[in-house]
Parts: sequence; C-alpha cells; structure tokens
Amino acid sequence: MIEIILIMAAGIAVGYAIRGRKRLVKVVDRLTMYSICLLLFLLGVAIGVNELIVKNMHILGLRAFVLSLGGVMGSVFLSWIAYNLWFKPKSTKNEE
Amino acid sequence: MRSSIVIVSFFVIGVCVGLIRFVPDAIIHNDYSQWALYLLLFLIGVSVGADPNSIKAVRELNIRIVLIPVITIVGTTLGIVSVYLFMKIDFTDALAVGYGFGYYSLSSIFITEIRGDEMGVVALLSNIFREIITLLAAPAMALFFGKLAPIVSGGATSMDTTLPIITRSSGKEYAIISLFHGIVLSFLVPILVTIVYYF
Repeated sequence: MIEIILIMAAGIAVGYAIRGRKRLVKVVDRLTMYSICLLLFLLGVAIGVNELIVKNMHILGLRAFVLSLGGVMGSVFLSWIAYNLWFKPKSTKNEE
Repeated sequence: MRSSIVIVSFFVIGVCVGLIRFVPDAIIHNDYSQWALYLLLFLIGVSVGADPNSIKAVRELNIRIVLIPVITIVGTTLGIVSVYLFMKIDFTDALAVGYGFGYYSLSSIFITEIRGDEMGVVALLSNIFREIITLLAAPAMALFFGKLAPIVSGGATSMDTTLPIITRSSGKEYAIISLFHGIVLSFLVPILVTIVYYF
C-alpha cells in the first residue's frame, strides 16, 4: 500500500519536472501500453501454471464467473446513472 | 477498442504458455509481475504529473470523489442480489465473494478461513475474473457507460493492476480518482467480508 503511493508520488514529481516536453511524455505513454501487455501476459502465465485454478475451473469457475459478472454489471450500471447525473463534464463554457 | 484486443491476445497467449509450461522456471518462481507493476505505477505517475488537467480534475470533483466507492459498493450489492436469484448458493457466500471487489488474495484468504476451501476457490476465481473483465473491457466500458465505469468495475484493483487501463480508457484526469477509489475499497474488503458473515 505505502510503496504504491510512494512510487506514484515519485512518478508524479518526475512527470511535473518534464511537463513541457511533449515528445518525452509521448514515449512514456507508449511504454505504459507495453507494460500493460507484459503484465497481462504474466497474469495469464500465473493462471496457466496454477493447478488449483486450472483443475477447478470447470466446477467452480462458472459460479465464480456469474458472481463477478453480477458485481461488475451492477456497479457499472449504477456508475452510468451517477456519471450522467453528477460527473459528466458540462458542455457550456461559462459554467463555473 | 483496438487496445482491448491487443490486451486480450497477450493474456490468452500467457495462459497457453502457462498451461503447457513453455516458460523458464525463473518466470514462474520469481514474481516479475510485481516489478512490472511498480514500473507501470511509476510511468502512470509520470504521465499524471506531466498533465496539467489531472490536478484540475480532482479539484473540480472535490466532495463527489467520495461518492464513487459508495457507488461501487451499492452497485456490487445490487448486482450480486440479482445474480443470486438464479444460483444455488448461500446469500451470505455470494455477497462475501462480491465484496472482494477484485482483491482476490485478501478476500480468498478471509473466506477460506471462515467458509472453507471451496468458497475460498470461488472467491479467488471470482475476484480474479473481476480484475480480468475490467482489464479486458475497460475501453469499451468507458465508451458506453461513462468514464467512471472502468473504475467501479475495477473495484479495489483500481489502485494498482487495473489503474493503467483505467487511465488509458477514462483519461489521465481520472488516475488520482481511481487511486483513491482503490485505496478506500482495499481497506473495506476485510471489514465488509467480516460484517457479511457475522451479522
């Protein structure tokens, strides 16, 4: 928890220092995408080699999947309503 | 949308590689994902710091930022209730699994302690699925259901593993909001799971 906040804070400080340099910022964005792909690949590997997960996938997997789908859909639906009510950026310019 | 497809392919290749053990032992036994994640968090920090809009967004949303974890909790509860009606499972179990909010390591340990191995595995799988669904669908969610959707979908993981894709899908101005949301929910996971089973 603490290391996450510290790493982010360090990143923000570095980012603030290079804020004017657009090309450097673009490189950072591309590196971010590469890291996402690497991380997803590693998560896939971790699931593939985990026998507990692989063996029980067909029995408990469906139950687990339905529950996660329920949780995700419920919160996404509610956030959709909330976003439109309170969070959507106002389109008019002179709005304070 | 294209980034979702790229991400799915990398994940699927990873699973296949893991299944056939076509990886050096070093990758399995060393937790490189931890370091990849740290690198990622740093990179996100850099792009947040370099973007003048990011601080502006937090200031503009101010008190509403607290509302987002509430939306996630209430929405997850509603969703679990509605799928529970079609399942043969204890209501408390269903709710406890849902209140993992994607934090699979912690919630599966808690639920294994209280309810045994089987529910522990369901909690583990279900919360991994929540993370995976978010990673895969975040770009589409932001497009169709607004910029908060990837954050609430990510649950507790919106502070770390799903933060990169949320930042990509909803925009850099949502990175700090997402981080805040994830931290609040991570704290609440053990509390809510315990409350569900003992009250």
